[in-house]
Amino acid sequence: MSTRELVDFDEVVEKFDPAMGLEIHVELNTNTKMFCGCPTAFGAEPNTQVCPTCLGLPGAMPVVNGKAVESAIRIGLALNCEIAEWCRFARKNYFYPDMPKNFQTSQYDEPIAFDGYLDVDVEGETFRIGIERAHMEEDTGKSTHVGGSDGRIHGADYSLVDYNRAGIPLIEIVTKPILGTGDKAPLVAKAYVAAIRDLIVALGVSDARMDQGSIRADVNLSLAPKGSDVLGTRSETKNVNSLRSVERAVRYEMSRHAGILLSGGSVLQETRHFHENDGTTSSGREKSDAEDYRYFPEPDLVPVAPSREWVEQLRATLPENPAKKRARLQQEWGFSDLEMRDTVGAGALDLVEQTVAAGAAPQAARKWWLTELARRANDAGVELAELSVTPAQVAEVQALVDAKTINDKLARQVFDGLLAGEGTPEEIVAARGLAVVSDDGALSAAVDKAIAENPDVADKIRDGKVAAAGALIGSVMKEMRGQADAARVRELILEKLA
Amino acid sequence: MSQLSRDEVAHLADLARIDLDDAELDHLAPQLNVILEAVASIQGVAGADVVPTSHPIPMTNVFREDVVVPGLTPEQALSGAPASEDQKFSVPRILGDEQ
Amino acid sequence: MSSWIHKTAAEQADALAAGEVTSVELVQAHLDQIAATNDGPDGLNSFLHVDAEGALVQAKASDERRAEGQPLHPLDGVPIAIKDVLATKGLPTTAGSKILEGWVPPYDGTVTAKIRAAGLPILGKTNMDEFAMGSANENSAYGPVRNPWDRTRIPGGSGGGSAAAVAAFQAPLAIGSDTGGSIRQPGAMTGTVGVKPTYGSVSRYGVIALANSLDQLGPCTRTVLDAALLQELIGGHDPLDSTSVPGKLEGLVEAARSGAAGDLSGVRIGIVTELQGDAWSAPVVERFDEAIEVLRGLGAEITEVSLPSFVHAMAAYYLILPAECSSNLAKFDAMRYGLRVTPDGSPSAEEVMRVSRDAGFGDEVKRRILIGTYALSSGYYDAYYGQAQKIRTLIIEDFKKAFESVDLLVSPTAPTTAWALGEKTDDPLANYLQDLATIPANLAGVPGISVPSGTSSADGLPTGIQFLAPVLEDARLYRVGAALEAALTERWGGRIVPSSYAQEGE
Repeated sequence: MSTRELVDFDEVVEKFDPAMGLEIHVELNTNTKMFCGCPTAFGAEPNTQVCPTCLGLPGAMPVVNGKAVESAIRIGLALNCEIAEWCRFARKNYFYPDMPKNFQTSQYDEPIAFDGYLDVDVEGETFRIGIERAHMEEDTGKSTHVGGSDGRIHGADYSLVDYNRAGIPLIEIVTKPILGTGDKAPLVAKAYVAAIRDLIVALGVSDARMDQGSIRADVNLSLAPKGSDVLGTRSETKNVNSLRSVERAVRYEMSRHAGILLSGGSVLQETRHFHENDGTTSSGREKSDAEDYRYFPEPDLVPVAPSREWVEQLRATLPENPAKKRARLQQEWGFSDLEMRDTVGAGALDLVEQTVAAGAAPQAARKWWLTELARRANDAGVELAELSVTPAQVAEVQALVDAKTINDKLARQVFDGLLAGEGTPEEIVAARGLAVVSDDGALSAAVDKAIAENPDVADKIRDGKVAAAGALIGSVMKEMRGQADAARVRELILEKLA
Repeated sequence: MSQLSRDEVAHLADLARIDLDDAELDHLAPQLNVILEAVASIQGVAGADVVPTSHPIPMTNVFREDVVVPGLTPEQALSGAPASEDQKFSVPRILGDEQ
Repeated sequence: MSSWIHKTAAEQADALAAGEVTSVELVQAHLDQIAATNDGPDGLNSFLHVDAEGALVQAKASDERRAEGQPLHPLDGVPIAIKDVLATKGLPTTAGSKILEGWVPPYDGTVTAKIRAAGLPILGKTNMDEFAMGSANENSAYGPVRNPWDRTRIPGGSGGGSAAAVAAFQAPLAIGSDTGGSIRQPGAMTGTVGVKPTYGSVSRYGVIALANSLDQLGPCTRTVLDAALLQELIGGHDPLDSTSVPGKLEGLVEAARSGAAGDLSGVRIGIVTELQGDAWSAPVVERFDEAIEVLRGLGAEITEVSLPSFVHAMAAYYLILPAECSSNLAKFDAMRYGLRVTPDGSPSAEEVMRVSRDAGFGDEVKRRILIGTYALSSGYYDAYYGQAQKIRTLIIEDFKKAFESVDLLVSPTAPTTAWALGEKTDDPLANYLQDLATIPANLAGVPGISVPSGTSSADGLPTGIQFLAPVLEDARLYRVGAALEAALTERWGGRIVPSSYAQEGE
């Protein structure tokens, strides 16, 4: 396929309507795998968390993890889905070396949860995302590719497979087609994935670490000429593994599709890979009609028929509805509408809530997350929640500020230390020597020195031009290398020049 | 019922990842058609009102507690492997993507 | 007095309990019989792997337990053979396929574990049709099994090895697996007893699956009582098998013992209309009719019942089974275990899979994988697999209705006696027709037993009679089976046995 020009995003949305579909795989945080008693810990030595069942050894059989079913039902309920009264697992047959049985035990036409929705807010507008289904399945093993140029699959000499991940429970959440989002499509996609992540965190059913692959998104996208109600051919961008990437992948695919369509070409139905480094996608596998998964009900498992009593018990364990929760928190925190919207928009709601819970004032918590930390996340190209700074640490930093041990400016250096993994805020203050000097003797000497060096300014202050004190404070802070409480410096200057 | 052509049999072998050569195709294709002819008799026997049975003994909700049980050691896991390296299964180069 | 190997398992157990023999002596006697009869041009080839050393170690441990007065089970010390379809830790398990040549499972199937826990020394693994696909045991990658009654004949399949081993006194007990008759039909062909228990009453964990919704492990023995003893040992709920039924079937041994007393008054037995006719050879029908008269004489009420959907059973079976097995056998891909054939050049994983599967699977396996792949393909699913599952419903309904008026159903086990090796090798359909009578039980999950009904007036080879009972009513099979066995044995003046293996020094 020839490479075509990418089309400017504004032009894309002027000429086309995007249709999206998102498939999110959530790895559950159960103690054991979907169909066997093997542990699920991330990062274990290769092939140390395997048994005859998850290795697909001849003769081994699966048994469903009841806790995984419970998690699936809770996710379904939180997504406003119907919960099936009776459903089955099915085998999805295809050959791939990291799939031990060469079929994936999944669900096909009988998902445990179906027909729900999730509301997401983008720039003050609410989009209702329809949920087609949420179903249970198992993860595959993991291959590393040896030889070739860069350890990637193409050009490798051979591959090494670790089956620790094989059989870890997954919930696949599939949206209905998302239409009518126009130029907000990339943001809606991102907001939806963020909302799913927040919901998963609130339910406590997954580690929800996109960086470790415990939430993985596939983005389906097609374009239709503006006003047409015929959907275009879609591409499926696999394993988009951060919120920012979701947005970029949608944006890129929109521009790419438009480029093909405007030059008279037709979009290939294929899977595509997203590249984090430059935000582009590249062709993966063409989806052909020859693909035939030969689904049929898994004969080694019996149907799952959740009683209505069980479903209602699980419904009672659901966390607060996100919209209600937002209204409650806004009132408790005394945030303005704008402040609240910014907080939600930055993906900082839960972070602020946890910071407040750890003892910080709401405004202080908001300030750190939305300014200092948002900037750092942006610089690093990650989401706020992915920063290695925790809400508890932010609360600790604020406590140090409240105690006047440090000031806001020094606090930024503490965050540097936290991001560099230098220890707790207190340890960082000590190690970096960041505590403000509250010893009036040293401060007093510095103030005296500043007055002596700036007689003109001192005179103005003596004459009642208190605003001029700023200049003296500046030189005192400079002398103290920032480690002084500016308010106390001001007090001392005014005392001495009264 | 229509007969399976040689090409269709080759396609099935492809789906099933069996490398049938020409002689095997010649040998197996007619046999498959004899079998298919014999089993085709059931088409249309049971109407839409008949519920399919996938398990002879109906049961539901057979679940396991979410409790870790000891599995295999890596040595046991790899004991049958045609090739291994770094405690992993060594497989020839993989073409194409995961589904 | 005949040697120890000619005793039944129950008799061997009694002798162990009475201190008349040791387990080491029993095991050695059977190992000697295997050594004398298994290999060579005239050998039965019923064992693929013999674990002489391991069996003797287990026998010694059994004797020590007994000396301390602590046997683990009434059958502790009685040797057993296991069909090569069941995973045995440390013992090769090939399912009769080249693709698993040399594979040694790192785990025990549940039934293996139960056998070990009861202290039965495991003599070895018995030959079988590749992945249990066949009715003649000619589809084994390791050569056919010969019928002890006539070594030019097939022993039935797929469990020809277990049946022949028991018939030829190589083992008093053997484990078989029955997906469409693989325990019962070889039982009929070798003059032995074979039971397919109720689906889910014996764990399938560790059984290399042919068709998961049809497979069931069961006993292969020379007597009905021995089968009951073995089924009680291997049965019971297993949390590792999701399709395992709750609880454990009790009273099987008791039913066999009381049945042997011979009173069947009040027992209603239905002859299946659909399992009669031209397909059934005259000598088989002759013995069957005779057995029916014997049952009548014991007080049973004999009627005829129709199960009209049985005529579709074979077609449904040969769609469901290939569909399930095409998926089950996908795991044999040369990546994690088993045969790997690497073609020249720098082949991809996919190429290695294709070539290895072509080299590792036999023709019958390939045929069934291809049929199953077809039956599950999009566009054909409803017409084939879906329709077959509906037939299954109809067959289950037929059984339910029939069991409203009778307690058991009866038919000949197989249409003919054992045929000549090679006679039907490349005629899959002819082989499939052998399972006419046995398949319905697997589709419906009901239990079935085959007991010897005599020998053919035409060729002198054994014939079998099959009883079927409602789900979980396996005890009925043992009661009626033992009653018929006792009456026939009396009539014959002893059990029917292949003469060349019946005495020492042969």
